[in-house]
Amino acid sequence: MHSSTSWLARPFRERATQLFLSILLAALATVTLLNLALPEGHPLHVSTYTVTLLGKYLSYALLAVAVDLVWGYLGILSLGHGAFFALGGYAMGMYLMRQIGDRGTYGDPVLPDFMVFLDWDSLPWYWLGFDMAGFAFLMVLLAPGLLALVFGFLAFRSRVTGVYLSIITQALTFALMLAFFRNEMGFGGNNGLTDFKELLGFDLRSDATRLGLFLATGIALALGYVLCRAIVTSKLGRVSVATRDAEARTRFLGYRVERFQLFIFVVSAMLAGVAGALYVPQVGIINPSEFSPIFSIEIVLWVALGGRATLYGAVIGAILVNYAKTVFTGVMPDAWLFALGGLFVLVTVLLPKGIAGLLAYRLKPRRLQREPTDPSSPPREASA
Amino acid sequence: MNFLHSLADRDRVFDFLVPATSPVDVRHGPILYLEDVTVSFDGFKAINDLNLTIDDGELRCIIGPNGAGKTTMMDIITGKTRPDRGSVWFGSRHNLLAMNEPEIASLGIGRKFQKPTVFEALTVFENLELAMAADKRILPTLTARMTGEVRDRIEEVLATIGLTELRHRLAGILSHGQKQWLEIGMLLMQRPRLLLVDEPVAGMTEQEMERTAELLTGLAGKGKQSVVVVEHDMGFVRSIARTVTVLHQGSVLAEGSMDQVSCDPKVVEVYLGADPDEEAA
Repeated sequence: MHSSTSWLARPFRERATQLFLSILLAALATVTLLNLALPEGHPLHVSTYTVTLLGKYLSYALLAVAVDLVWGYLGILSLGHGAFFALGGYAMGMYLMRQIGDRGTYGDPVLPDFMVFLDWDSLPWYWLGFDMAGFAFLMVLLAPGLLALVFGFLAFRSRVTGVYLSIITQALTFALMLAFFRNEMGFGGNNGLTDFKELLGFDLRSDATRLGLFLATGIALALGYVLCRAIVTSKLGRVSVATRDAEARTRFLGYRVERFQLFIFVVSAMLAGVAGALYVPQVGIINPSEFSPIFSIEIVLWVALGGRATLYGAVIGAILVNYAKTVFTGVMPDAWLFALGGLFVLVTVLLPKGIAGLLAYRLKPRRLQREPTDPSSPPREASA
Repeated sequence: MNFLHSLADRDRVFDFLVPATSPVDVRHGPILYLEDVTVSFDGFKAINDLNLTIDDGELRCIIGPNGAGKTTMMDIITGKTRPDRGSVWFGSRHNLLAMNEPEIASLGIGRKFQKPTVFEALTVFENLELAMAADKRILPTLTARMTGEVRDRIEEVLATIGLTELRHRLAGILSHGQKQWLEIGMLLMQRPRLLLVDEPVAGMTEQEMERTAELLTGLAGKGKQSVVVVEHDMGFVRSIARTVTVLHQGSVLAEGSMDQVSCDPKVVEVYLGADPDEEAA
């Protein structure tokens, strides 16, 4: 923990991170193998449909990790991370729209279908450049990053924290949802962006591309996880936990707390943007519903269920809840929200530290996690 | 305001040209100098024409009944509260009223709050690590490594505050007294020139008090720190004090050795509860 290793190398020396990465990579390899090597119809064959579904879960998992970074380690309960996710998704969607070229219904070589439909005669300025993959991928990071920078700068400078900040983040995502619903915004209104054809020249409907996207999402999750782990095990991570528990005290030690908050908030928003960008080609559509306040609250529920301030808990929570959602909405569509609510109540009452708390209790690995303040917790083992 | 003030101040030319990080100038003796400081909250004068001088290396105790303005005075020195008027100087070079909290902290003024606030989710060692004087910007903090030098400094402070054995315990499970010592240790990590200590022994056992007295008297001295202790416990003040300042209604009532002060009729009156009519007059 207090090693003299460089900050980026530190996570690889942690047993918990090694375990997490091994499980993730093994899962990626297994799914790939079961998809490719086994013939369709074999009981163990993983269909491309399932692969894409799993890819979607993994992108949600990356989103949950981003939320856990700000909520678990910085104490900022963001109820608007869906906005950053959606912005990343829209940046990717815009690129995919430009890739359609003249294969759209109206056959316009430049304008996406919805613009032709609205009788626009040229691309709005903010669509320029999105035909280039490099620029679009940069925007996947910059669009959410810039929004988080401006929003966070204003909020943290005014020392808006706690429930007030949560409410403003809700307002942020709600305002963006209303804006993106308008046709005049130039993002396809309530239909959003869809009917994508190819990504970097690969046909989005081919099995190979779908498997590739799934693997790319898995690797992005692994990298995002390691980055977050590197941050939370660095001295900056300890400043972040200190800020979470005693902000005034941290400021008094000479740390510019608002800058640390801003830094972590922006990193988190960018990770959420990457998650959104990987989500869109797999589900094939991005529309303003991703900005809906309910979605942002759901993300927080995944993290709470999985276990806050552990990172791997966020991954477990996101995957489990979304799997449950797929199953439930298939079997009993109306019961899903009740099931989700019930699950949340159960976990809050029985597992205050989420599923990760249960795992940590069962396995008792040394210093697997940094728990939120709890004076009654048993002493941590010395290991440095 | 301060900018205009500095323009009018002919003998110093421009205040803002003096780098804030320059060392504290104590050639003239005092490390802290408060003059005619007044601050009022909604018309109530919490501090009223307060004059106070702390010499370099001094251990000063400040006592006074509730509402005498002790905590407000600390707030002013550390930049948390702005006075309505008056001046506050750190050494003879730094105008504290022109600085914000982090600047004042990095200048070498450490404050221990009344209620121990340590980072409970971090270990004792990590608490000290965060408190250490270091480059506290974002990237240097992110890439900071644990060097032997840092480790030695932390071990040194751990030994001073007597928490060596508990270094890897979470600060949240320490006893009240241990938290107070840890917090003093956190102040020491910043290599402060001036320590402001607010009620260090409140809620401590006799034994813990003794150790705290040893700790504080060991800290003050020429070339080391100057220490200002605000305390209610008279026994404790008597055991450590060299000079005692009595605050009352926002200004200095008496100053001197503990014996002198405790014989002062004005002090006796304030502490033993004077006749209310006389008080009003």
